[in-house]
Amino acid sequence: MSARKVRILIAKPGLDGHDRGAKVVARALRDAGYEVIYTGLRQTPEMIVEAALQEDVDAIGLSLLSGAHLTIFPRVAALMKEQGLDDVMLFGGGIIPEDDAPALKQAGVANVFGPGTSTQDIITFVEQEMARRK
Amino acid sequence: MELTERILKADRRALARAISLVENDGEQAQKLLQEVYPHAGQAHIIGITGPPGSGKSTLVSQIARQYRQQGRTVGIVAVDPSSPFTGGALLGDRVRMRDLAGDRGVFVRSMASRGSMGGLARATGDAVTLLDAAGFDLVLIETVGAGQVEVDIAREAHTTLVVEVPGLGDEVQAIKAGLMEIADVFVVNKADHAGVDQTVRALTIMLDMNSAACSWTPPVIKTIALHGEGVADLIEAVDDHWAYLVRENALQDQQRIHAQNRLTRVMRRRLFDELLAKIGPERFEETVMQVATHKIDPYSAAARLMNSKTQGS
Ligand SMILES: Nc1nc2c(ncn2[C@@H]2O[C@H](COP(=O)(O)OP(=O)(O)OP(=O)(O)O)[C@@H](O)[C@H]2O)c(=O)[nH]1
Ligand SMILES: [Mg+2]
Repeated sequence: MSARKVRILIAKPGLDGHDRGAKVVARALRDAGYEVIYTGLRQTPEMIVEAALQEDVDAIGLSLLSGAHLTIFPRVAALMKEQGLDDVMLFGGGIIPEDDAPALKQAGVANVFGPGTSTQDIITFVEQEMARRK
Repeated sequence: MELTERILKADRRALARAISLVENDGEQAQKLLQEVYPHAGQAHIIGITGPPGSGKSTLVSQIARQYRQQGRTVGIVAVDPSSPFTGGALLGDRVRMRDLAGDRGVFVRSMASRGSMGGLARATGDAVTLLDAAGFDLVLIETVGAGQVEVDIAREAHTTLVVEVPGLGDEVQAIKAGLMEIADVFVVNKADHAGVDQTVRALTIMLDMNSAACSWTPPVIKTIALHGEGVADLIEAVDDHWAYLVRENALQDQQRIHAQNRLTRVMRRRLFDELLAKIGPERFEETVMQVATHKIDPYSAAARLMNSKTQGS
């Protein structure tokens, strides 16, 4: 029978108006064989978590440029917990200073990818995490 | 199953999990469908098909909103293609359904076609069954937007909307015969673009030529999905079609045909899977190579494989 497919939600929270980075990551993950649900711009944490729930995803990737990562990531993580999505991996990328990474990981973010990360780094990480969590 | 109980109570998490189960197939999925199926059969199932970028998702979102204003609940399954090479998929229909976020009366599920042709995934019908059993009043299915006509939608939906955009002009004849047969309602979306009226006229003429045989003539509705214009008319046409199905007892006929198709597909797949298990994947692969290298023709190869009772015999 067909194997279980890994599904990943890619969302772009915040108010800034372009989602090039998010789309690049979404396409790279698709090309790596994942089913990627792309939700588009200006997603609130509530929208993101509800979409993740409906789509029964294995992972959520957030792309953030606005600098609001210290509020948005923990909020998403908290809502995930509230909805019982504890087994869903949360990761993120964008303009996130390295100094903030520990706090984000503390809040439940599996990994953050700063500027200059290659899509291959992200794919490798997702692959490892998915294999580990099987 | 506990999962069944939760689905029947419209538990969103359970529903989401259940859709993954039927997508991934297997014994648990069969057990689930066995329990859930008797509770389905209540929803009005509406299919939306049309070329890529014609505005299907935008329309789905608008249709859902209109029905929500009437207090009716809406389940949505939106299908996008899987890559035949990597098996991956980019499912982007939710982008146009942003307005539906936060409404508990709506459930949206994106689905990859996973190698199925014809605009739907193998499990689309099963996902619709789950949404139906969970009590959604309407279930909308958005097909893959491929270049050609996606006629498979008509085997799942009670009402099929075929979306076109202005500017088909002379190509109308090229609107492949299949389209006329599956469309219950024609939508000419992007009516803010030039050439709408020609397109509407061309479609209407074609429908008039076809209408003699049938007691339902598909209406042609102009919409600007982007602004919700014409969507009220569209809803009215969809409801008219439902009323027609009920009035003319056409619903039973349709349900019988749908059931026959579905049963046939399941049997065909099972038969193939069982046969393949008997033959053994190695032997099958070997034969594929022989056909590929023209050492044997596909008909003789099939005959030989299908006569073999056990692996390696
Ligand atoms: N001008 C105009 N643009 C529209 C209208 N309806 C939708 N669009 C735009 O057309 C584009 C495609 O719309 P979608 O709803 O994604 O179309 P689709 O048929 O679902 O596309 P696929 O799922 O990719 O096949 C988007 O940019 C919409 O904003 C309309 O009535 N007028
Ligand atoms: Mg679409």
